[in-house]
Amino acid sequence: MTIDRTGSAEVTLPSDTEILITRSFDAPAELVFEVWTTPEHVRNWWGWETDQMRVCEIDLRVGGGYRFVAGDGDREVAFRGVYQEIEQPHRLVSTEVYEPYPESESLNTLTLQEDDGVTTMRILVAHQSKEARDATIASGMERGLQHSLDRVDKILAGALENA
Amino acid sequence: MARAATTTDAFNAVAEPRRREILDVLSDGERSVNEIVAEIPVSQPQVSKHLKVLKEVGLVRSRSSGRQRLYRVDPLALKPIGDWLKDYELMWNERLNRLDGYLYEMQRKERE
Repeated sequence: MTIDRTGSAEVTLPSDTEILITRSFDAPAELVFEVWTTPEHVRNWWGWETDQMRVCEIDLRVGGGYRFVAGDGDREVAFRGVYQEIEQPHRLVSTEVYEPYPESESLNTLTLQEDDGVTTMRILVAHQSKEARDATIASGMERGLQHSLDRVDKILAGALENA
Repeated sequence: MARAATTTDAFNAVAEPRRREILDVLSDGERSVNEIVAEIPVSQPQVSKHLKVLKEVGLVRSRSSGRQRLYRVDPLALKPIGDWLKDYELMWNERLNRLDGYLYEMQRKERE
């Protein structure tokens, strides 16, 4: 039996400068790690549904970098960073910079814990200041609004298909 | 946008760590200024100053009780701050739902 885990990601704020994202997947940790760190896979899920992945580079070794650029028309988001620790498939530490704000780099610790075929992913995003952390969260507000609009589009599209 | 303005107000008020400490104390129940001072390492004038800001944005309410004034949190006013985090959570949900769908498809294909 598969559980519908749609929308089950949880965001908490463990400290003034950190964000913790938790989500479980019905897949082994090995596979989740692979899908998270291989460009051929990342291209298929990273970014928003309407985006095209324009750049997807991953150099998976300590000191190696990654860069993801996704966009839709004129709108484009670009992230990059450097891998700091790699313990496949349970732990991945990397820096992350949202390119428009190169000064606010965060240190992200991804952990994958597998129990009975279910892998719990935890992403701890540690910012250098509370201001940078809060700005990151505030950026979600715009996205939240966008998401609602996309959903309306989808519902409309579905209604048209069924008509 | 009215909603954004409200969020910014409450948000600015809680951006100050001392004010969040005061809210933490008040979340346990009503307190007088002196009771707050006893619980956190902040001087009485500072606590009063922060309470004034918190009251202005509606996060804290007060009432007189005998000779003292008691302060309490207004949970409804804290809601915009929760919403602020909720939108960010929504963003992550969207991203990770796609990953979930992709993992599901991969495993389904493997089984076939």
